[in-house]
Amino acid sequence: MPEVLVISGKGGTGKTTATAAFAQLADGAVICDLDVDTPDLHLILAPEPRQSWDFRAGFRAEIDGDRCQGCGVCADVCRFGAVVAEEDRFRVDPLSCEGCKVCVTFCPADAIGFTQPKRGRRHVSETRFGPMVHAQLFPGEENSGLLVSLLRKEARDVAKRRGNGLILSDGAPGIGCPVIASLTGVDLAVVVCEPSPAGRHDLERIVDLADHFQVPVAVILNKADINARQRAEVLRFCESHRLPVIAEVPFDLAAVGAMVNGRTVIEQGAEALADPLRAAWSQISRMTATAHAA
Amino acid sequence: MIVAIASGKGGTGKTLLTAALATAWPDPLAVADLDVEAPNLHLLLEPDIDTVNEARLEVPEADPERCDGCGKCADLCQFRAIAVFGTFPAVFPELCHGCGGCLMVCPTGALKPGFRMLGDVCQGHAGEIRFLMGRLRIGEAMSPPLIRNVQEQLLRIVTATGRDALIDSPPGASCPAVTAVGPADVVLLITEPTPFGLHDLKRARHAFADLGKPMAVVVNRAGIGDGRVRDYCRVTGLPVLGEIPFDPEIANAPAPVWALAARHGARIAAIVSGIADLFDESVAGKEAVHA
Repeated sequence: MPEVLVISGKGGTGKTTATAAFAQLADGAVICDLDVDTPDLHLILAPEPRQSWDFRAGFRAEIDGDRCQGCGVCADVCRFGAVVAEEDRFRVDPLSCEGCKVCVTFCPADAIGFTQPKRGRRHVSETRFGPMVHAQLFPGEENSGLLVSLLRKEARDVAKRRGNGLILSDGAPGIGCPVIASLTGVDLAVVVCEPSPAGRHDLERIVDLADHFQVPVAVILNKADINARQRAEVLRFCESHRLPVIAEVPFDLAAVGAMVNGRTVIEQGAEALADPLRAAWSQISRMTATAHAA
Repeated sequence: MIVAIASGKGGTGKTLLTAALATAWPDPLAVADLDVEAPNLHLLLEPDIDTVNEARLEVPEADPERCDGCGKCADLCQFRAIAVFGTFPAVFPELCHGCGGCLMVCPTGALKPGFRMLGDVCQGHAGEIRFLMGRLRIGEAMSPPLIRNVQEQLLRIVTATGRDALIDSPPGASCPAVTAVGPADVVLLITEPTPFGLHDLKRARHAFADLGKPMAVVVNRAGIGDGRVRDYCRVTGLPVLGEIPFDPEIANAPAPVWALAARHGARIAAIVSGIADLFDESVAGKEAVHA
């Protein structure tokens, strides 16, 4: 089952805007929003959930104030600064708790409970372009990598059940655990970058990461006309690293107009944006067909 | 005073704002780039780097000769980073969170502290401003341990010198962002007036609300979308310390921080004094509670 992932390194380069357009052009892909921390694709695709589940992962310690004797062993052994003193007792800060169970193990009063909280909610939904698999981590939560892996598995199941030929995923920014969980085993990583020093710097890092996981990369240069010198540097980088640049998309506030209207840029009629994205998509289709045949 | 510059959405202008605030800051300052996955502050402030140090996470290293196969390590580990096959402990360092639990429960000394490379920490200065930056190793999944490492170094400087500090945080509302803003006295949320900006601002506000720190907003690229971000701030009582208008000249400028300061200096100054006011109010509030 071919999987295409849209990532960036730097935030705000246009991943979600591009993915929404690709979802429309793909016409029958399983669409996945793997940015489980701050998902935005649903604001364009308006998914209607058909099935929803709680996401539980990892554990959290909680000190029973009545049983706590105030010895402070928990605070001594915690490596995450999650145990705070409160008057003559101790309390676990849920935002800092890593769920390692060390304080639970060493508490002499057996005063620490260890539970598996709800960390988020995930859905399989319908959109006007096809099925969508997505989730929302509750604010401040971790275990995003695990949730991403669950979503990918769900997407593969949906694709198999319904005969979809492709999984198209909107990724998270950065290079950390949600991106790594999205990237492993993907057929093509489409990197959306922008012509700025930060855009270029983060392009290098995300390309390095994709290379680390042996995932082929294609580049879309978005907001391509905001800085000619930076554009030239990005193109030079791509050339020297033999990265295909499959589209250059101009800066156009019509993208925001589309967002405000809950439309893709194609639905919005923003042709300056739609045309290069169509060209990019036909390249992506060709590349994934070839990769999958190989 | 430590100020964290955060956002929900990526690409709203945190790093550019952090650099602009740093250059306009009236008092001695330290800045830390805690967006360790994609650090960019150094590209704008162009610091001289004095030291680069490896950051490591302590993870167990097995000595199979001493293992008696009791399995206490594997029973405790919540992250499946250690498994015992007979009397052979197999460690998976990539999965380890560095809690030290297995090392503490092993009765035979078959586990000793090893390490996993997290990345590196650069220290230097940009003019009079002390500069720190964490850079995550490519392939390292967890950013919070590196973030905490850089924070320790930042806090040492702040305690020793009494400087204020600005933290350039990662985007988002999950554990990297929450870890990064931990030591801050004030959290500044940078947003843009678009539906994605609004949605992610809400998530960030919820994520940081439990930290009990005063929060304020700066709206960047003002004018490009609609008024819903403004409305949200008004309804929730989030003070808006400033709005920077959408200005393509800044992206086009060879020195964006200079351009921002030159074209919108008064707005930057207003944000600096807004942060100070917010901090003073919160200190006064705490003193009132304790009085």
